[in-house]
Parts: sequence; C-alpha cells; structure tokens
Amino acid sequence: MALSPEEVAELARLARIELTREELEHLAPQLDVILESVAHVADVAADDIPPTSHALPLTNVFREDVVVPSLPLEDVLAGAPASDLDRFRVPRILGDA
Amino acid sequence: MSQTYPLQQAYKDHLVEEVVSYDDALAAFDPVLGLEVHVELNTASKMFCGCSTEFGAEPNTQTCPVCLGLPGSLPVVNAKAIESAIRIGLALNCSIAEWCRFARKNYFYPDMPKNYQISQYDEPIAFDGWTEVEVDGKAYRIGIERAHMEEDTGKSLHVGGATGRIHGADYSLLDYNRSGVPLIEIVTKPITGTGDKAPQVARAYVQMLRDLLRALGVSDVRMEQGSLRCDANVSLRPSPEAPLGTRTETKNVNSLRSVERAVRYEITRQAALLSAGGRVKQETRHWQEGSGTTSSGRSKEQAEEYRYFPDPDLVPVAPSREWVEQLRGTLPELPTERLKRVSAEWGFSEMEMRDVVSAGAVNAIMATVAAGASPQSARKWWLTELARRANERGVDLEDTGVTPAQVAEIQAMVEAGTINDKLARQVFDGVLAGEGGPAEVVTARGLAVVSDDTALGAAVDAAIAANPAVADKIRGGKVQAAGALIGAVMKELRGQGDAARIRELILTKLG
Repeated sequence: MALSPEEVAELARLARIELTREELEHLAPQLDVILESVAHVADVAADDIPPTSHALPLTNVFREDVVVPSLPLEDVLAGAPASDLDRFRVPRILGDA
Repeated sequence: MSQTYPLQQAYKDHLVEEVVSYDDALAAFDPVLGLEVHVELNTASKMFCGCSTEFGAEPNTQTCPVCLGLPGSLPVVNAKAIESAIRIGLALNCSIAEWCRFARKNYFYPDMPKNYQISQYDEPIAFDGWTEVEVDGKAYRIGIERAHMEEDTGKSLHVGGATGRIHGADYSLLDYNRSGVPLIEIVTKPITGTGDKAPQVARAYVQMLRDLLRALGVSDVRMEQGSLRCDANVSLRPSPEAPLGTRTETKNVNSLRSVERAVRYEITRQAALLSAGGRVKQETRHWQEGSGTTSSGRSKEQAEEYRYFPDPDLVPVAPSREWVEQLRGTLPELPTERLKRVSAEWGFSEMEMRDVVSAGAVNAIMATVAAGASPQSARKWWLTELARRANERGVDLEDTGVTPAQVAEIQAMVEAGTINDKLARQVFDGVLAGEGGPAEVVTARGLAVVSDDTALGAAVDAAIAANPAVADKIRGGKVQAAGALIGAVMKELRGQGDAARIRELILTKLG
C-alpha cells in the first residue's frame, strides 16, 4: 500500500506543518519506506506478543501526593514569547471554532 | 480537550432556533442520553508534578517545567490520584483494569502548553460498570462505559473584540495553574427508556454522582467552581426500536438545574428539526444559561483526529488485585444504599420520601437527625423553611447557610418550649443574617417564649378586659371561643407567648 501525497497532506495538516506539493510528493515515498519497514515487524510478531510501547519492563512508577514549590513567576514567564497580567500572551486563535 | 470554551461566533448567539413543545417532541420521538462528567480530584498536588492544586491562586504561580511542558521534564504519576480513580470505579461497579496506559491526545490549542493532553484512550482504568438513580419513585439503571484519568487544561482569557469570546479576540492570555490537575472523566453508556423523564434522569444522575464523589471524599464537587463539569449528549429516534439518531454534545452545563434544562431544550430543538424533515448535525453545542438555549460550537467530525498514542514518558499502571480489594474495603456507604437504609429508618410515607429525594434533602436530613432531631422534624424544616429560602436565593438546599446542626438546635429549642414554630422562623432569619448561632439569635433578638405566669397573667387579664363579649361566651361554656383571646394575648406578646399555658390561664380565670 503506497502512501499518497494526499494522505501525507492530511497528516501534515493535523501536525500543523505546511508542505508544498513538491515536498508532499518527495516525502510520500520516503514515509512509505518507513511504514514498510515497520510492517515487517508484524510478519515476525505472533499474536501472543503484545505491541511494545515502553522499552523498560516497569509498571506503577508513582510519587506521593506531596506539594513541592513551583517555579517563581519570573522564571515561568521568562520562556513566554509575550506576557500580560502575569499570563502567557498568545495570538488570537483562528479556525478552531 | 476537556475544557468548555465560549467558542461560538457572536452572531450565532442571536440565531433563534425553532423548537416544538416538550409534549409534542415526546409524542413523536424517543430520547436517548449520554452523560460525560469531568471531576477534578482533590489531591494536594497535580497529576504528574508536585505543583499545588489550590483553587484561586495568582496566575501561573502553581506551575513548573512538567505542567508547562518544558523540554526535558518528566511526568510522574500521583499515587493518590490512581487510588481515587480506582475507588470511583469501584463505587460505580466497574471492572478495574489489570494493566493500562496513559495516552497523548494531540491537539493544537494553547490551553495545554505541550500541544497534547495526557489522557487515557482505549485502556481506561475503570470500565463496564453501572449505577442507579431514582426519579418519581422509579429506579433507572445507568450503564457506565468507562472512567478514565486525564489532566485538566489551563484557563484562557480572550482579550479584545467581543469580550470573552474567541471570535474577534485580538489575543488570548493563559494561566496554567489548572493545567495538570487530575481529572476523572466518567462516561455513561447510552441511557434509554427514560421517555419524558429524560431531563430529570440526567439531573438525578449528576446529583447522585456528586453525592457519591463527596461520600468518597475524592473531590470538592463544586459545579460553580468547575470541579464537577457535565457534557450532555442527546439524540432522538422515532421509536425505541429504531437505531440511535445523530447526537449533539452540549457543554458548559454547570449546575444541576442546567443539566435538566439543557437536555429538555435539546430535545425540543432536535424534534423541531426532525419534524420539519431536517437532520440533526453532529456537533458540540454550548449551553447559554441566560437564554436557556444551546448554540452551535465546533463541528465534531474532525475533532476525533487526536492521533492518540501511548505516552512514552509514563510507564503502565498495573494495580494489583490486592490493592484493588483493599481499596474496595475503604468504600463508604454509597448514596443509593444509604437512601434505602434511611428510607426504612425514617418511616416516611412513600410520597414524603419522594419529596425529600426530589428536593435533594436526603443528606441534610441525615445530618440533622445525626445531630439529634427527629426525622419528621428535620424533614419539616428542610422542606418548608429552608427549601423556600434556597429557592428565593437560587441556591441548592445545602447552600442556604444554615447547617444541619443548627436546624437540630432550633428544633430542640422548640421541643423544650423555649421557642415555638413561629419564633423559629425568626431564628432562621437571624442565623442567615449572620447574627450568630440559634442560641445567640434567640438571646440577641429576645425571642424566647414567655411562659412565666406573671407576664402571661397580666396579658390575659388585659385581653379579657378588652374583649368582654368573648369572655362572657367562655364563661357561658363556649370553650372554643378561647381561641380569640389566645390570639389577642399572642399579639400582645408579639407571638412569644406559650400558647398552651395561655389557654390554661384563660380557662382558669373564666372557669
């Protein structure tokens, strides 16, 4: 199954990455190679082998419900592109209504 | 993306949609409900970091690299949140997952600074449960699809243009204090078979859930502060045998009363569309408290493209069966069981009990009885004086400002003859006006019943002198005429006389 430039365009839209037609046509076959490689795993993995999501054989890594000091406000806002009234200031949101 | 947004374009607020009468809607269609309730847990720290969850702090003062999504930070799960999630699942008769993961729900919206929300996708910690609510004496079983864990989002403030709305806003200001507060989302299976009771069943369910979460002690469950939020899905079908119709999801439903109203409105709106040969659009709608209507929000079609995948930063959660059973042992008596128990204990008639349940007075009466009052007296005060005051103020019964202990204290004073029912109302006034507890109000306002014979005797003599004709009738044996004199004495004593003693004095003096 070959990945079409249209499918890549849809993925790009969801990821908010702007790509030209040329880029889409260039990337589609490349992504296809990756998908095909990954598909080989399905050939070897039997039904009794669950898909791996974590490389570490760990479960239940918890912390106690204890409050620790937060960052000072100046540090919090230091990384903000803009701030106002002690809040992060971002451009108005369009097209998400 | 669990938060509700004021997303509508301003003009949409002014579109008045056709509705049909509720009776016509129910005559033609069978409503099906689905309810999603988000509850903020009352842990001291956030879901994945140690920032405080305290409500009302200055903006962005409860944030750190984890809940700000800064590169290199790593989330670590709050054990208490898992414990609360399991207890909620157990209380809703759910199965508890033996192994489950957190997932990233990817979306681009500044309320989450890392461009995804940590949630659970196809592996909720609790699933396949049920609960029960009662409306007008009939029990409705409600299936629980799932209860999953996620983190709350930050709060946006839209500036410029139409105030508080995204459309026309020049920019948005973000406060991430709430980002990362643990949330449990509880989703019902489709609720069928409610017929015209659908709005009441929806309300009863949310109220039951609130009581249950409160009994579990896992949340503040304050709808007005957003720690309990409800989204109501409604669809209609021509008959109970027909396949499910297209549903809408109404957000921003932030009080028990609104839950009922929103469901009711959506039924009448969808019925009008369908009756006219139109179609219901699958979309998110927003409840408008002021107009009592819903308005169109974003279309739902593309909202599902969240590209969920297991969060590689968080290892799976695998609660041992021993832990689950141990937590099951910590469950308190749940509201449904409690209701059955107190119904038997209180000895109310079926009708009285129904009124108590629909007034939301069960907890209040329980607490009042626990404080020493008889069930009937507790019922009387909560369903009359306090229900009226709650209604006048537009608040829930438990938020009137009078505590169950104070109600019990007032009742005890009535039984001791210190005050009578009429004076008790003034004591409630005083307590509500912030004049202190019942005893203080009685002293400060001088409300105690006058029962000493000297004071009463003088008032009785005066009443007899002022009403010679009535006095003659009583002397002549017409004992029932005493009522007129008692009234006169009470008036003189501004309602504070001991009526029984006054009667005795009158009859003695005129006997």
